[in-house]
Amino acid sequence: MKLKKIALGSALLLGATISSFSASAADKVRFVTEGAWAPFNFIDSAGTPQGFDVDIARALCARMETDCEILTQDWDGLIPGLKVRKFDAIIASMSITEERLKVVDFTNKYYSGGLRYMGRVGDTVDTKDLSGKTVGAQRATIAAQYLEDNLADKIDLKLYDNQDNVYLDLVSGRLDIVLSDELPTYNWLKTADGASKFEFKGDAFMKNDEIGIAVRKSDGKLKAKINEALAEIIADGTYQKINARYFPFSIY
Amino acid sequence: MDFSVVIEYFPRLLSGAWVTLQLVLLSVVLGGIFALPIALARISPVAWVRAIPFGYIFFFRGTPLLVQIFLVYYGASQFEAVKNSIFWPILKEPFWCAIIAFTLNTSAYTAEIFRGAIQAIPKGEVEACKVLGMTKVQMYRRILLPRAFGIVLPSYGNEIILMLKGSALASTITILDLTGMARTIIARTYTPIEIFLAAGAIYLLISMLVIFLFRQIELRQNRYLGTQSIQLEDKS
Repeated sequence: MKLKKIALGSALLLGATISSFSASAADKVRFVTEGAWAPFNFIDSAGTPQGFDVDIARALCARMETDCEILTQDWDGLIPGLKVRKFDAIIASMSITEERLKVVDFTNKYYSGGLRYMGRVGDTVDTKDLSGKTVGAQRATIAAQYLEDNLADKIDLKLYDNQDNVYLDLVSGRLDIVLSDELPTYNWLKTADGASKFEFKGDAFMKNDEIGIAVRKSDGKLKAKINEALAEIIADGTYQKINARYFPFSIY
Repeated sequence: MDFSVVIEYFPRLLSGAWVTLQLVLLSVVLGGIFALPIALARISPVAWVRAIPFGYIFFFRGTPLLVQIFLVYYGASQFEAVKNSIFWPILKEPFWCAIIAFTLNTSAYTAEIFRGAIQAIPKGEVEACKVLGMTKVQMYRRILLPRAFGIVLPSYGNEIILMLKGSALASTITILDLTGMARTIIARTYTPIEIFLAAGAIYLLISMLVIFLFRQIELRQNRYLGTQSIQLEDKS
């Protein structure tokens, strides 16, 4: 009798678990971000993801009127994780590139970027000739790719798992120069670590860099839904409000 | 699955494997050298001499290798005093930071393995040395250490294989070892399964090499035991 009850109970529990899984897969959109790319995505002291990307994701969810979950994942696990359905959409300041388009699909851009070097105040740096310099970038970013493609044999290139470690090694003196997206660098140069000690070197380039939300190629429906919601939050001013929280100029 | 990427990037994987080999070889040799005095101090009859290696081993066995690597690489560089010291040219290099962390870690484990081996020597053999009037140094040099070396081999081979796998953590501090290289290739090709399978196969090949090598040394070192080195003695 007792055994039967336990068996029945666990069967019910199992059933409930399975159904809740399929339910969440059906109507919940699982956004994922990295959490180490301030001010676009970072983890606050309470352990929850915050930032421009996260705010945009929340605004999109409100617009799409769907339940959303915002997960975090290390940068180089984002695209593999999307492919195996660990989450449904990557909103992690990811540039739309040819290579990535081979494996995933992107929504329309939700902001634009560009690359820019950064170095120590006082160092004179000719960004046209970085021969012999130790240059750092985050692995699997367009900055890393640019350095690998154009300067690999001239510079000592160091690739990091996340941008926070790049900053740490710039401060420690292991790196002479950092190449990264202009906007996060702009933000970092205002922090206690960066201010007055480091500065931009040279002008921004690759200014046509568009940042989109990555979805699976088979997920055309979700892509259309996000695109629609994105157009709406731009039209009604929600986007501009979020933009103003982080930057005093438009980044669209 | 597209294994053409493996062929295309195989030379880069091999250059990563070479870095992995250097990391493991150097840290295992250095770790082995440090381990011996640590092990000897660990079995000292004097309490305070025993306490120092105990604390050392306790710390390095009880904390994750990744934490130790980060402490050496990112931790030490936070201090101006370190950056102004003569050690900075070494600590500046990720390769040497990894060697330092790996050496400290493996020497703690290896010291414990050595200690166990020395203490596993039958008491009668120690007594026999004393009866023959050997000094302590003679006893260790002629009997105890060579005996311990024979006993230690299987578990020491194990430790080297653990170190080989642990060396993958070097990729977190910008070193392009086998894992670091694989991750850098994947960042470009987005074919994690194919490239990680290839990297895994190379790791497997290196461990096979280590296993084979240790088997040979073991057979040679323990040859005086004949075939019984692997079998239980027949008591009947």
